[in-house]
Amino acid sequence: MKALRKLLDKQKPHFEKGGRFEKFHSAFDSVETLLFVPDKVTYSGSHIRDAIDMKRTMIVVFISLVPALLFGMWNIGNQHFLSLGQVPELWTAFFYGFLKMLPIIIVSYVVGLGIEIIFAQIKGHEVNEGFFVSGLLIPMIVPPETPLWQVAIAVAFAVVFGKEVFGGTGMNIVNPALTARAFLFFAYPADMSGDKVWIADKLDAYSGATPLGNALVGNFDQIPSTYDMFMGFIPGSNGETSVLMILIGAAILLATGIGNWRIMLSVVVGGIVMALLFNWWGANKYMELPFYNHLIMGGFAFGAVFMATDPVTATQTKKGMYIYGFLIGAIAILIRVFNPAYPEGVMLSILLMNVFAPLIDHYVIESNIKKRLKRIKVLVSN
Amino acid sequence: MSAEIREREALFSSKNIKLLKNPLNLSNPITVQVLGICSALAVTAKLEPAIVMAISVTLVTAVANVVISVLRNGIPPRIRIIVQLVVVATLVIVVDQILKAFVYDVSKQLSVFVGLIITNCIIMGRLEAFAMANKPWPSFLDGIGNGLGYGLILIVIAFFRELLGSGSIYGFNLIPEQFYELGYKNNGLMILPPMALIVVGVIIWVQRYYTRDLIEKN
Repeated sequence: MKALRKLLDKQKPHFEKGGRFEKFHSAFDSVETLLFVPDKVTYSGSHIRDAIDMKRTMIVVFISLVPALLFGMWNIGNQHFLSLGQVPELWTAFFYGFLKMLPIIIVSYVVGLGIEIIFAQIKGHEVNEGFFVSGLLIPMIVPPETPLWQVAIAVAFAVVFGKEVFGGTGMNIVNPALTARAFLFFAYPADMSGDKVWIADKLDAYSGATPLGNALVGNFDQIPSTYDMFMGFIPGSNGETSVLMILIGAAILLATGIGNWRIMLSVVVGGIVMALLFNWWGANKYMELPFYNHLIMGGFAFGAVFMATDPVTATQTKKGMYIYGFLIGAIAILIRVFNPAYPEGVMLSILLMNVFAPLIDHYVIESNIKKRLKRIKVLVSN
Repeated sequence: MSAEIREREALFSSKNIKLLKNPLNLSNPITVQVLGICSALAVTAKLEPAIVMAISVTLVTAVANVVISVLRNGIPPRIRIIVQLVVVATLVIVVDQILKAFVYDVSKQLSVFVGLIITNCIIMGRLEAFAMANKPWPSFLDGIGNGLGYGLILIVIAFFRELLGSGSIYGFNLIPEQFYELGYKNNGLMILPPMALIVVGVIIWVQRYYTRDLIEKN
């Protein structure tokens, strides 16, 4: 540890202003702060710097994604071999999926971080670690067979137009990972939807439809059992299938206080209320789908735990969080059941509510101000 | 005598040239004044309709500017908007008929947006802001300039949207067959109007990068 510190200290002057590698300052800084907690202290006023800075926060989110990531790798392999009519060993399946996913992860990080560093250099600020999590989220929400060049374009689009044009990490209006997915979904629909893309190298005769795909076309008898969908033994995007693993991730986020329970809870409640409403209406078979199935199908759990809770794009007020989460859940189910063009509505509903989040916050704060003003008036008039 | 000569301005004096040049960059109707966005999103999926639209709007703006400028002292101020509308509507119908007669296919692609030139804010804006207060010749130049500024942006947007969205320029396939065999696909998002808005955003970004005067001071 000490040797590492010494090495960094020795190199540091070269990267400061006037040094030989002044141009690479932001790259050096990002490595240094990744290895060591910055020892900067405040020197005016009574501000306290928490040791949990953004890098530490992001690492916790990263760790909470690992269970779903590892399971996703295994599931890619498992689904592939099942489609060939074989039952694979645990490690065969895992390594197959690992080799499928690794290139996507590498492309996502190289392109995303590359653009971040370029922008940081031009604007003269540090490289933010915002892409640390987005870079892993993006490979987890695309199908296993997504062409790498499409991943690269989508990541570039998401980082530039989802984040950097608004001023970088912390200033974005919409979630960058979902921006990348929405871009892929609309730009290359053939590679992002249908029943051909969810299983890597499957035999043509084998049906590769996701539960949502089956529900959309009315094959309700082909929807897997609730247990299979909960455990994640179903075709789907790389990391989203297993609700169990996502719940483990959610537990880590909640235990460390980094994820927001209000948003997670209200997304689930919103989904349940909407699904129950449809059950009660019951105009077609899709509406009669039990509400708990809606929660474990597609990306609902993943979106609720990892996407909706993004602290930058979500609402900031407590009351606002309930409204925001509830509407995400409700609109997601609404899109699923009503819109035949989009089998999955979670992505679109989160993006939509991202845009509305500042408005919700605004009115929550306004109403609070009004309430307090009224209280003053009552006091004065008494 | 000498006073008369001094008053008569050269046809292409520096002031008049400015009327032509400014709308192309410094006061561009789309990227600076943010007018006419609606049709810029609607007709730019392909280059051909965009070019036809650009020409139509340029002609209508120029001629309407001249007509209103000639009439400007006779128009009662309280009904000036109605008069302007009648002039523009007449011109648009003429343009629409010409398009239908000579380039029927394009006219079909443009569909309702030719008729909607009437509501294009650029035209009404120029009539109100310029033609009502200036002589016919400067008004004509102003109309041509603004039409060209609008058309320029339209053509740039359409160029990128057609190239990336359909893999062609003006209907000719540019992307070689081998690319598609390797797995390249056209970008479906480029055909959708939202992407046109993002392309407009990128143009504004690039324009402000090179023309620092446009950046607002805080």
